[in-house]
Amino acid sequence: MKDTSPYLELRNLRVKYGNVEALHGISVRVNKGEIVTILGANGAGKTTTLTAISGLVKPSGGGIFFEGKPLDALPSHKVVQLGITHSPEGRRVFGTLTVRENLELGGFTRRDKEQAAAILKWIFELFPRLEERIEQLAGTLSGGEQQMLAIARALMGEPKVLLLDEPSLGLAPILVRSIFDSIREINENGVTVILVEQNARAALKIADRGYVMEVGKIVMDDNADALLANPDVQAAYLGGGA
Amino acid sequence: MEEFLQQLTNGLAVGGIYALIALGYTMVYGILRLINFAHGDLFTLGAYFGLTLLISLGLADHLNGLAVGGVLIVMAMGLVAVVGWLLERVAYRPLRDSDRLAAVVSALGASIFFSNAIMLVYGPRSQVYPSGILPSAAFPLFGVEVPVMRFLMFGGSALLMCLLYWFIHKTRVGTAIRAVAIDQDAAKLMGINVNSIIALIFLIGPALGGAAGVMVGLYYGQITYDMGFSFGLKAFTAAILGGIGNIPGAMLGGILLGVIEAMGAAYISIAWKDAIAFAVLILILIFRPTGLLGERVADKV
Repeated sequence: MKDTSPYLELRNLRVKYGNVEALHGISVRVNKGEIVTILGANGAGKTTTLTAISGLVKPSGGGIFFEGKPLDALPSHKVVQLGITHSPEGRRVFGTLTVRENLELGGFTRRDKEQAAAILKWIFELFPRLEERIEQLAGTLSGGEQQMLAIARALMGEPKVLLLDEPSLGLAPILVRSIFDSIREINENGVTVILVEQNARAALKIADRGYVMEVGKIVMDDNADALLANPDVQAAYLGGGA
Repeated sequence: MEEFLQQLTNGLAVGGIYALIALGYTMVYGILRLINFAHGDLFTLGAYFGLTLLISLGLADHLNGLAVGGVLIVMAMGLVAVVGWLLERVAYRPLRDSDRLAAVVSALGASIFFSNAIMLVYGPRSQVYPSGILPSAAFPLFGVEVPVMRFLMFGGSALLMCLLYWFIHKTRVGTAIRAVAIDQDAAKLMGINVNSIIALIFLIGPALGGAAGVMVGLYYGQITYDMGFSFGLKAFTAAILGGIGNIPGAMLGGILLGVIEAMGAAYISIAWKDAIAFAVLILILIFRPTGLLGERVADKV
């Protein structure tokens, strides 16, 4: 255990939707350069956790700190400027805009054209399909391609921290593998990743550490290898034995 | 042939005005799902600002007619844009997260406020733009003498629409506007300040409406404090006709409505002019509720 302060930290974070509390005070620490995965069933609060970090929902208690500074009072567009980008649940690509326009929007806060061209080049190496379909409307892409676009769009903002919400949802197994390979490669390029997933096995295989959520609480946190080997996790999220 | 060409050019001139106003309705609806009922009154305000500027600056003494028209339009656009921005700040932003009906009522209230404010300042009687600013000459088109003014009207509105189209489709901020119209939360995650985009929409839409106001003053000569109601209703019809929320739709709808109205007045009966325009609205709502180019339906308002 290092005693340096964490890169991104959620401290006793609470979120309410009306009168219903969705997060009952969760604490998460993410170190620079890690892939941290958040696992859990539907409704456990995983997506809420990510939307709270990116400022789309406001916490009702606790705090969010990035590089030691509080995030939770900032509007979403300021969070993006600080270097935290979010590929949301359900992809949410702009369907009636072209792939190119979607990518340009991902780089909305970045004004350096040369830098943007360099990132675009890297994105096309990660996801060559996007280059082939650059002038197509995003709504005409397949599910897997839309997922690639959603991740690529978040990368255009040159994130320090990338929030990924269910990148494998609804994709064929072969595509899931390729998406997870890409996530690992993104991480190796220095981007810290927070990965929310229902596909626990695939997520734990690439993650450094994991948190398990149940109904708005963190019930377990450990190194990814330990979670993979944990019988409770296996029973609940990995569908029994390997 | 003579009658047809006269009515066609007249319809295009008026249709261009409808289209300019319709753009304001459709852009606000596209972003906020709100019908800005005060928009017609911002158009009226443009006409009155134009008149005041024209008289107080004595522009007509120094410049030729076309330049006067251009300068007036640009200045009125700027002033009405400021009023539109204030309107959003005062009447709509505080209600952004409340019930949708509250914003609609606020819009109706703003409309009543503006038309009454104009009446208090300028009086209830109609006001007259000095005549002879724009050339009254006629231009021979296929052997028919058509007033040059109609070409100027249509040309002016077409120019503004081309500029808007270019801005929305070819610039970075324009792309951001389209993104906000599609999915506000996703747009926020791109780092777009949605509040600024909404404020920008309330600068651009009213500016176009203000331009239309000056053009109506120059074209018809006479303006009234309540003309925003009838022009606003027609332009709203045009926005629905083209598909509300859709920018090219508003342009197409405005021009079509202007031509249909002019043709109807000429070949059916002038007394039925408004009835024909609104019959078009009813038919569209029954048979193609999304409008000619639209995908979205106006609901609940």
